[in-house]
Amino acid sequence: MIKKDFVDIGDSSRIYMEEARGQAGGTARPAKAAAAKPAEPAPEAKPPAYGLIGKATNRIDGRMVVTGQAKYTHDVKLKGMLIGKILRSPRAAAELVSIDLAPALAVPGVMAALKLAEGKVRYAGQQVAAVAALDERTAEKALGLIKVEYKPLPYVVDWEKARDAGAPQVREGKPNVEKINEYGRGDVAKGFAESDVIVEKTYRTGFEVHNPTETHGSVAVWEGDHLVVYDSTQNVHSVRDGLARVLKVPAANVTVIKNYMGGGFGSKLGVNDYTIAAANLARQAGRPVKVLLSRRDNAVCVGYRPSSSQTYKVGAKKDGTLTALQLTNMASGGVGSGDDVGEPAVDIYKCPNCKVFEETVYTNTGGSRAMRAPGHTQGDFGLEGVMDELAAALDMDPLDLRRKNYSTKNLGDTGIPYSSKGLDICYELGAKAIGWERRNRRPGEGTGDGPRRRGIGVATSIWYGAGVPGTLADIVLYPDMSVEVVCGTQDLGTGTRTHMAVVAAETLGLDPKDITIKIGNSDYPWAPGSGGSQTTPSVAPAVRDAALKAVERLKTVAAARLKIEAGDVVMADRRFSSKSDPARSAAFGDVYRDLRRETVFHGERGGMPMDQFAFNTFGAHFAEVEVNVETGRIRVIKYAAVQDSGQVVNRLTAESQVIGGITQGLSAGLFEERVMDDATGNPVNPNLRDYKIGTSLDIPEITVLFADVFDPRINNLGVKGLGEPARVPSSAAIANAVYNAIGVHVREIPMTPKRVLETLKRKEAAS
Amino acid sequence: MDKKPVDKSRAGVTRRDFIKGMGSGAIGTAVLQPLLGQTIATRKGRVPVYDRKTITLTVNGRKTTVEVEANETLLDVLRDKLDLTGAKRVCDRGECGGCTVHLDGEPVYACMYLAIRADGRTIKTVEGLAEGDKLHPVQEAFIEKDGYQCGFCTPGFLMTTSAFLEKNPAPSRDEIRQALSGNLCRCGNYAKIYGAVDAAARKMRGA
Repeated sequence: MIKKDFVDIGDSSRIYMEEARGQAGGTARPAKAAAAKPAEPAPEAKPPAYGLIGKATNRIDGRMVVTGQAKYTHDVKLKGMLIGKILRSPRAAAELVSIDLAPALAVPGVMAALKLAEGKVRYAGQQVAAVAALDERTAEKALGLIKVEYKPLPYVVDWEKARDAGAPQVREGKPNVEKINEYGRGDVAKGFAESDVIVEKTYRTGFEVHNPTETHGSVAVWEGDHLVVYDSTQNVHSVRDGLARVLKVPAANVTVIKNYMGGGFGSKLGVNDYTIAAANLARQAGRPVKVLLSRRDNAVCVGYRPSSSQTYKVGAKKDGTLTALQLTNMASGGVGSGDDVGEPAVDIYKCPNCKVFEETVYTNTGGSRAMRAPGHTQGDFGLEGVMDELAAALDMDPLDLRRKNYSTKNLGDTGIPYSSKGLDICYELGAKAIGWERRNRRPGEGTGDGPRRRGIGVATSIWYGAGVPGTLADIVLYPDMSVEVVCGTQDLGTGTRTHMAVVAAETLGLDPKDITIKIGNSDYPWAPGSGGSQTTPSVAPAVRDAALKAVERLKTVAAARLKIEAGDVVMADRRFSSKSDPARSAAFGDVYRDLRRETVFHGERGGMPMDQFAFNTFGAHFAEVEVNVETGRIRVIKYAAVQDSGQVVNRLTAESQVIGGITQGLSAGLFEERVMDDATGNPVNPNLRDYKIGTSLDIPEITVLFADVFDPRINNLGVKGLGEPARVPSSAAIANAVYNAIGVHVREIPMTPKRVLETLKRKEAAS
Repeated sequence: MDKKPVDKSRAGVTRRDFIKGMGSGAIGTAVLQPLLGQTIATRKGRVPVYDRKTITLTVNGRKTTVEVEANETLLDVLRDKLDLTGAKRVCDRGECGGCTVHLDGEPVYACMYLAIRADGRTIKTVEGLAEGDKLHPVQEAFIEKDGYQCGFCTPGFLMTTSAFLEKNPAPSRDEIRQALSGNLCRCGNYAKIYGAVDAAARKMRGA
């Protein structure tokens, strides 16, 4: 039985970007409120004086995590559960001649087996067959007995070689190189003609693997004709919809559950082929089946950040005014598409003339996936690098150059106004926090200590993260004064439960610990996937909406009890009282009891005037590094990050988000690179020993600040996303600090000691 | 901290992968007939490769007996046979510390430790760190300082930290960084974790 359920994940990044920009046609529900409202209130509006929102609140699920009680998908164990294992192609391209499952099925303890591919395999790691057995070892051994006959085909895993005319064709009947993005405004030729200085440089970024600590996996169980799947996913609703579509069962008969998850970073957004395999194995065996991927699988078949090779040509007047900005990019995402990285160039700086042309190269490597700020981290590394090299050519302070070209409208100051933009505040606070005046006035000017050179650099962040109109959340009040918030969102590990509890408690006059949070289930009210920095700006306003409705009802009930007008009721200190006669007062407990039965309030995140305003998040990161010019080793010693993400909900977890963004950017900037082996078509470092990730020894002193700019138009709380904005500029800020330290830009990340030393040789050759 | 990370060069990946790769389960003996009767060294002498043995472990204060295969790791026995899923399987080869537990008070990577070698010994997992409802100071500090994000690596960090602070009650920032360097946090929250370890040390000293 061959199921035509091969899931092409190749375009996940592009779908992700559409969703992040609010262009999604697929998953977002059209909101009743999405129709553009008038652009008021006035921009000088201030948020109310909150008691909890914006302060630091400890995670309400902290105890679950630190006692080991938090159940992750890996920890799910159901009665009668089998262990499923997937056989993957060792070959990067081959014709599948035959798959013989019989020897596996003959093994005692093997309960089901499936063929998962037919025709050709296009990358090493593609799933070919699967078994489910009583235990893991039996499944592993049975997998080894499956007889697969491959007829090897030519393949190419090196994206530069894949561009050659004679390179093996990755996709049948289609060229390996394909255009993914083209943009233009103004006239770049005219802009370059008007410029006094032109700088043209090429910047490259490597393949970065998500490597969440919890590997991908699912547990599937059929309860009659209802499928229940525990999945390590960032989007319970899209996994439900995907399973329903592929398995041809009604969406209403599928439930997807995710209680806790060990990281995703974009690699766990949609339905996966192994989840479908688990559901089919479970159907065949008539028992629950758990399929967990291995650490190696993380490097071959569940995505990575695609590479880029970006050539920027930028023209400016002597005073720093940009006249033209041109970007040509070649990305690669294996059998999937690479990321388009042009957004920072198109948007951040005021420039009338801009042109972007981007292509992707297909190779016989697993498909890329969205990874925390897809496209933007790569594009920011290139754009911010060339801005610093331009500043040097103009003999200008890099921060002054950025301020000189500051925009208040999107599309490089040629589009619609930003609803709010606190980037100027970010620059100011960050420069002060790092001690910007201590930098080398010109790159490489410092004398240093022996072989060690110090430098300071800056990079700007732009991202979306406005949230999705139509997100739903329910609040349930019980007569015993317990309160439940129910929403089909999920916690990536950012503290979603706590921010929901903070918003509900703030509005209802309770403590976050009083609130029971129910999330991570596709049976709950709709919420978007936790990607694109959309969770908080989608969910928090919906919770706020529901809670405000609940308060209105409670006030009505209190008014009846107190025999006063509802408009006269005020809520304070866990009591409802008469404003005009404070002696008339009832405790929360009495009013909740008057509800008589549990009462549900539906909340929805409303719309925003997207045709009149651009809704973006901003930030500025400053890094100080020390570079050893003899060993090529870079140490980041100090770091300051300032984010404009609107109203912060929980300062404690928000800081952690930013720290994580910095740390991942440091790790990608200095260490992380998946390397493919031409000779085998497989990665040479598919583990956590050879694929280097930053450890506790690599972390600088970090200062995290928030610009606290209030956006009255974006939603009822003024909340914007944060996870990705904090990741966008971190590698770029470190690279610019290295440039300031040694006087030559290491135009390729990761900036390994070898690349730093090669860059220094370039400096010697030039002098 | 002298037992961790596990010495990969000598006891490490190659031999372990070899042992684990030989497998057994329902079909081990059928597949690897030629290796039957060979032995491997353990703390209690050499044992046959395919020996199933009932071992006694004291886990989180409770004595328990469990039948294990000689090539089963302590992590798999804890998670699959004793339903203690606090220790996580992240890399499964001693690279990340997500499976760290205490063995007679010493932190070990449970994914690199054969269960049969733990026979007769005392094990503490994250589930046994608190005393009843009273959290261990390290657990309290991780909550107060937000020393986690997704929490998947947290049990490992807690076990490393609690063992470390027993030996070094007043560590410097550099000593904390060194002590934690065998544990990976992919969410990248090390900066907050330093603060949590520091706060835990103060709590434990009563400072």
